[in-house]
Formats: sequence, C-alpha cells, structure tokens
Amino acid sequence: MLFFASLILAANAKGWSKILGMKWVMKYPAGWRLPLKSHITNGMEWLVEEASFGLFTFKEFTRGIAYLLELPLDFATAIFSTGFRSGLGNEAVQVLPPISWIAVIIIVFAIGHFARAMKLTPAKMSLAIFAMLCFLYLAVFGQWESSMITLSSIVIAVPMGVIGGVLIGTCGYRWPKFEKAISPLLDLMQTMPIFAYLVPILFLFGFGPVAAMIATVIYAMPPMVRITIMALKNVPSEIVDFGYMAGCTRRQLMWKVLVPSAAPGLMVGVNQVIMLSLNMVIIASMIGAGGLGYDVLTSLRRLDIGGGLEAGVAIVVLAIALDRLSQAFAEQNDMALVHHHAQKPFLKRHQWSLISGAAILFFGIGGYVVDAFQIYPESWEVTTASFWEASVKYLNVNFYDQFEALKTALLTTFMIPVKRFLLGLPWPWVCVMLALIGWQLGGWRLSLLCVVLSLFIVVTGQWQKAMITVYLCSISVVIAGLIGVPLGILAAEKPTANRIIQGAIDTLQTLPSFVYLIPVVMLFRVGDFAAMIAVVLYALAPAVRYTIHGLRQIDPSLIEAGIVSGCTKRQLLWKVKLPIAVPEILLGMNQTVMLAISMLVITALVGTRDLGQEVYIALTKADTGRGLIAGLSIAFIAIIADRLINAGAKKLRQRHH
Amino acid sequence: MKMGHGIRKATFGLAGLAMCIGASASAWANSSDPIKLTLHDWTGQLLTTKIMGEVLKKGGFNVEYVQADYIAQFAGLQSGDLHVAMEIWETTGREAMDKAVGTGKVENLGSTGMQAIEEWWYPSYMEERCPGLPNWEALNDCAEEFGTAETLPNGRYLGAPVTWGGFDDERVEALELDYEVVHAGTDAALFAELESAYQREAPILLWVYSPHWATFKFQGDWIQFPEYSAECYNDPSVGVNPDLAYDCGKPTGPIWKVAWSGVKDKWPGAHSAIESFDMNNDEMSALIVKADLNGEDIDDVVQGWITENKDVWKEWLK
Repeated sequence: MLFFASLILAANAKGWSKILGMKWVMKYPAGWRLPLKSHITNGMEWLVEEASFGLFTFKEFTRGIAYLLELPLDFATAIFSTGFRSGLGNEAVQVLPPISWIAVIIIVFAIGHFARAMKLTPAKMSLAIFAMLCFLYLAVFGQWESSMITLSSIVIAVPMGVIGGVLIGTCGYRWPKFEKAISPLLDLMQTMPIFAYLVPILFLFGFGPVAAMIATVIYAMPPMVRITIMALKNVPSEIVDFGYMAGCTRRQLMWKVLVPSAAPGLMVGVNQVIMLSLNMVIIASMIGAGGLGYDVLTSLRRLDIGGGLEAGVAIVVLAIALDRLSQAFAEQNDMALVHHHAQKPFLKRHQWSLISGAAILFFGIGGYVVDAFQIYPESWEVTTASFWEASVKYLNVNFYDQFEALKTALLTTFMIPVKRFLLGLPWPWVCVMLALIGWQLGGWRLSLLCVVLSLFIVVTGQWQKAMITVYLCSISVVIAGLIGVPLGILAAEKPTANRIIQGAIDTLQTLPSFVYLIPVVMLFRVGDFAAMIAVVLYALAPAVRYTIHGLRQIDPSLIEAGIVSGCTKRQLLWKVKLPIAVPEILLGMNQTVMLAISMLVITALVGTRDLGQEVYIALTKADTGRGLIAGLSIAFIAIIADRLINAGAKKLRQRHH
Repeated sequence: MKMGHGIRKATFGLAGLAMCIGASASAWANSSDPIKLTLHDWTGQLLTTKIMGEVLKKGGFNVEYVQADYIAQFAGLQSGDLHVAMEIWETTGREAMDKAVGTGKVENLGSTGMQAIEEWWYPSYMEERCPGLPNWEALNDCAEEFGTAETLPNGRYLGAPVTWGGFDDERVEALELDYEVVHAGTDAALFAELESAYQREAPILLWVYSPHWATFKFQGDWIQFPEYSAECYNDPSVGVNPDLAYDCGKPTGPIWKVAWSGVKDKWPGAHSAIESFDMNNDEMSALIVKADLNGEDIDDVVQGWITENKDVWKEWLK
C-alpha cells in the first residue's frame, strides 16, 4: 500500500510540489543547511595548529605517536625488504641484508608445519606446502620486493590491531557501560569510508607508511573488538566459577582464565584483522605505503592490465597464505601441543626453529657470494601479463556489441526507472516512511534512530547524492542477491560446485577491486553500469556464504520429515529448506548491503555522482569537514539499513519458532 | 573548489625552522639531511622527479623519495615534512599551489620547461566519419556519430575526473554543443575507455593531456576550439557566445616546480640546481614512451638519461 503511494508520489512529485509551492520537499533549501562542514574543518585546523596540553601541542603529541610507531615498522621493513642501514637517504650504507627469499620461504614452510603439527592425518604437510607455494608465486612472478614491503607493514599492523582490539574488547566485557559507549563508535569505524578520515590522519601523523598503517589499524580493528567481547561472554560460566573457587584475583581471572579459554574465538578475530588489513593495501599505498598496492595502481595507470592483475593476485596469495596459517593456529589445541612436545629431546622439539635459523644465516651469508641466494634472479621471473591483455582485447573486439546490448537493456528496463523513482521521492516522505518501517519492525527506538540519522543527511545538504547512493546500492544488492542466493543453493547441494564457488568468492573478496575495475570500464564504459558490476562482484560473497550456511544448519529431522511425507527434491528445497533458511539469507543480504556501501568510494573512481564521489573529492582537496560529513552520511545509510534488516530477520525468526 | 583551511595554514615544523636558521649562518653549507622529493602515480612525474633526484645525488646531496598525493602533499610541503614537488601542472594544480605559496611556506621554483596541454581529443580514424575535424564547429554535425545509447541524440564527451576542473560542462553550454559530458572518475578509467574504443576503432571523444604516453600510442588530434584567453573565461561578452563565458578552448601552461621555502637556506646548492632543471615536452615524452610503452624500468630510463646528458645536468649543478 505505502509502496504504491510512494510510487504515485514519486511520479508526480515535481508537479505537485510546484503547485503547492512546496519546492523545499524535493530540494532541501541551501539556506536551511547546518554549516557542520566548515565547523569540522575549522575544528581540525584548531587541533592541528593550536590545541595544546600545556607542555606540548596536540600535533606534537600525534607526531610523537607517529615516531614511536615508526620504530617497529622500520625494523620490520629492514628485516624483510631494505636490510639494516646506517645513515640517511642515499648516504645510507647497508649493514645487514634483508632475509633472503629462500630463507623466508623455508620459514613459511616451518610455520605451516608447526601450525599443523598436531594433526596426524596424511594431509599434515599440505598446509606447509601450500603456504610455501604461495610465497614461491611471489618470487616467480617478480612480486617479491613489493610483497615484502607490504608484508612488513602487515606484520606490524596486524598485532597492533589485535592487541588494541583485545584490550578494548576486554574493557567492554568488564564494564558493560563502556561497551555501550563504544558500540556506536565501532559501527562508525566499520561503515565510514576510509577516504573520509585519511585527510585528518595525514594532517596529524604526517606523510608516509605510518599514516597508512594507522588508517589500516582503524579499519581492521573493530571486528577484533566485537569478537573479543563475544568470545569472552561465551566462556562457560563453570570455568569462571572455577576460577573464582581457585582464588583468582580479578586480573588473574581475566588474563589466566578468561582470555585463554576464549582463545579459539579470538583467533577468528585475528583472521578478520589480517584479511581487512590486506584489503587496505591499495588505499594505504595512495598515502605512501608503497608495496603491492602501489604496483597495482601504477600498472593500471599505464593500462597494464596483466601487470595489475599479477600484483593484485599477489595480494590475494599473501592474504590466503596468512589466513590459512592463522586458521590452522586457531584449530590447534594448546594443551595437546604441550603434551606432544614435552617428551621429545630439545633438538627434535625445536627442529623447525633451528632449520629456520640456519636458513637465515646460510642464505644471508651465501647472498654475499651468490646473488641468487639474496635476490630472486630477474631472468627466472615469469609473467602472464600479455595473456590477460590479449584476452581483454579479444573480448572487447569480438563481444563488445553483445555487452552493449545487455547493458542498454538493463539500464532502460531496470536501473534508470529505479533511479528516477528514488530521486523523485520527497525527503520528508522518505523520513516518515523510514520512521514507520522502523516502528513496525523494532519499536519506537529504531524508529527514532532512523529519523535522526536520515535527518542528519538532509540538513547537511546531502540528500540528492544520498539517494543516488541508495539507488546504486539497492540495484547492486538485488542483482548480487539474484546471483548469489542461487549460487549458494547450488553450493549447498553439490560438494564439487561448493569447492569451486568458495574459491572464486575468496579470490573476489581479496582481489583489489581496482584490478577488475579497469577491464570493466573497457568493456562497459564509464558510468553507473560499470560501477554496479564492480559493486556486485565485491558484495556477492556474503550472499553466497550465508545461503550455504542457512541451508546446511537446517535440522536434519525436518528434512527427513519432508522426505517421508513424499516431497520431491524440488518441493523439499522450495517448501522446506528455503523457508527455514530465510532469516540466515536475510543476514547474508545485510552483509551484502554493508559491503556494497563500503565499495561506493571505489566506484567514485569510475565516475558515479554519489556520496562516494563527495568523499573522494574531499580527499583530493584535503577538505576534512567535507569528507567527514559525506563519510558520516554513508555510515548512517549503512546503519539504517543494518538495523532495519536485522530487526526484520529477528521478526522472521520469531515467527518460525 | 575550495581548499581546506587546514592545508593552508598547516603549521610550520618548529624543528625544521630551527635547523634552517642554523644552516643559513654559512651560506653554502648544505645540510646532509635527506631532501625529500615527492613521487606521485604517473610516469612523467616519476621520471622528472627521479632525474632531479639522481642529479642531486651526483651533486653530493642526500636524497629521499616519498610517495604522496598530488594535492594533499601541499600540507606536507608547508610543514617541511616534504621538500620538493617536481610537477605541479598549471592546468590542474594552480589553485592549490597559489594557496600554498600564499602562506609563504612554499616557494615556486619556476617552470620545468614542459608545457601542459589539455584539450578534447579524438583518434584519427574519426576524421573519415566526421570530415570537418579538428575544427570544433564540426562537432555538432557528428554528434550522433559520437553518441551512445545513453546520450543519443546528443554526442558523448568523456571528461576528466571532476576534481580536475576544466569547465567542460560550461564549455558545452557556451558553445552550444550537442554533447553530454560524462566524467571519468580517474585517469586510469579515462584511458581505459580510449584503449577500448581504439581497439575497436569505435568513436570516442575525450579529455587527453600531454605529456602523456597516450598521444604516442594512439594516433589522433586535438579539437581546435577558439583560442583561450583569460578574458574568455572571465568575461561573458568576449568570444563566440556573447552571453556566456568559457566559449573557448582550455589554457595551456607550464608545469611548475615547487618547494618548501626552507629548502633555499638548508640546501642552497640543491635549490639552485632544482631551479635550473629544464626539459621540453618532446624530450620527456620520449622518456615516457620508453617506460610505459616499451616496458623499460623507470630507474633504467633515468640512468640512461643521466649517462647521455652529462653536459646538461652538470650545468644545473653549477
């Protein structure tokens, strides 16, 4: 009902708003805007220039932090890529070389072996070999140097994110009020586009790898905090009681009992931090991190599609190797490990550490004699760049017309009407609608939240751009759902399909979107359609994953009941499985929405005119206020969507039980 | 198009100030601290910067390269975190540069000798289909030729990222061109479309700039608009259209070298060497082609130039 009212309203909005003399309902008047933008920019200026703690200024304080953080980063860079040097700039002399590539590969093998040491299956060695092959790829495809720069920042950023996350998380666990206070902050950190806060970070922490690392940590830490709180809450109360009975102090209880028992849960968080940090590699390289992200950017600027893809795949490979290793540690059972090793003699117990140490020494010294020990020889490098270039060219020359036809059809029948509809809605109407839906699904609190957040977007004068954002996202989410849910069903029903689909999804999620953005532009031209494809590719994963999960977790007795009552396979799927899995699928769609929104800033790079573009413009103009306001608007859209969908899923679930 | 206030007034690094006072005591005592040159993400700039850097190294200076964003770097240049930016284009960076120079903390070290050209551009195979080119008046006759499903009956012109300015929307209106301006989000997207169209010999009309590899890889020509003048941009009555401004082509202009104003006192020798840096478009384009189209490593290209042009750069260091 309400939907149809909106439809009629939108179709004639221009007309009736003119008749009634109420143009303001369509376009929020500039005079009513709150000058928040300039307040923030001025506030930032004050922080950078004048704010002072008495003895030192705020800027000196942040620069001091940057200096402290630079120390471990420099150390890691020295180990992996530059070697230890004395002196500055080009006067520097190398004192010690970086670890040889062969030694790194051996160490990775050793870690892989160690992580799986407990599993006495035939597949015991598979992880070690897999991780080793991943790193070998980096060497063979000529990505070694850049990868080591990236790796050294990851090696520092990840522990920072993890330790910070665990500390904040334990505080949140101990003081529920603190948890309540940080919860909205975490929402913002997760939904605000990174571009929006890059400028203030640059002002406060200076240029270079440290600023990039801080941005990475801000982006990657929130899941760790959340998972820490959750993992601590999930520790069985018996264990806590036991801790008390054993006479633990509060501190002992926390660090000796709670945190260790929550460890497997915490490892999931570590894994998230690793993946998110690697997601940031491209953006970090824009503000001076160098490494693989920089290679991707420069290759694509030369339209070297193959080169960009190889560097991009190197990021994927690094991500997957680190992910599998950390997962293996998560699955490990500490107690068993202690037992397993305790009876063995020293040499046997530490054989892999010893081998690694020996490898570092041997190849380090050997590097002075044989160059190939230190640096992977250039003549051994392989590249497939020209193949990719040729494939894109082939597609472009032979199939462009078909692509064009598909694009035109989708644009005229689906995308443009939706865009017109959304842009035709008067803003007060949308606010009222959101309030109503919020009230229906989650009561007055949710309703209030929706209204306040959407009004923020209105009064800061972002309405038009916000609606384009909503349009791009909703279109992409619908299409991602139409592709993702069937793929998920297929994967849940057929194990072989599952393996292929999972691999494809993993790759799509860690492959920097830049890598496929440029070929997409070549095939579909700049515009909404290219942006939509990029968003769909990135946001597909959760739709598939949650569908698989939803279908797999169905109580087998229910399925049996279906079979017994004579369902065909098709009936079983449509009448039994899918209805039960709906809440899970909805949650998956919720994640899809979140990812789609987080992709918007990237799509600004192919010329969309939404809030993402606003953030991007603010970044290139170094305008703190403009960027933060647009960033907050994006975050608020995400939060509204998240709360509404979650409330909806909850309602559905209640109906089932 | 307003710059953030923060960037304009970013504070002056106190330590840097103290050092440069110390250094200026003896005029030619060049500091042995590294001079930080900024690198951006296009090949021409990398070449210019690395050539300058290598020459400075030959002159005994300590040089460090820092990756920084083209516009955001001005904050660093003002505070003395960064020292030298080798390519600020008149066409895209003027505004930010003027603001920074206005603070007195950043200094314009003159032109690099290269001229930035930015204009509408088309591939030569379009001359057959649209015989009046490169004259701008022919554009309206072939608007449909340049059109796509989304823009018909208008033609489609692919403009630069909105952040680059350029006044193309205004130009289309003032010259009454039957074209729709579509903005690419980045320069990579811009040239991706060109490459795609060129492979298929399909119609395309877009913003191209030079020095850039594209004008070497692809055959084509600039549209000839009525010549640019400052009055044409500022005064509606001047030009073809008596009621609107921007009824002419885009300005061309020098590519500037910019430095933190402390450089002069801290490394006087480097300061004069950077001031003397001079190269023309053809020379630079040849180097860009080597790097981008022939796939040579940028550092090799730079070393090649250094060995071949000893006389040139020795002159700069005097």
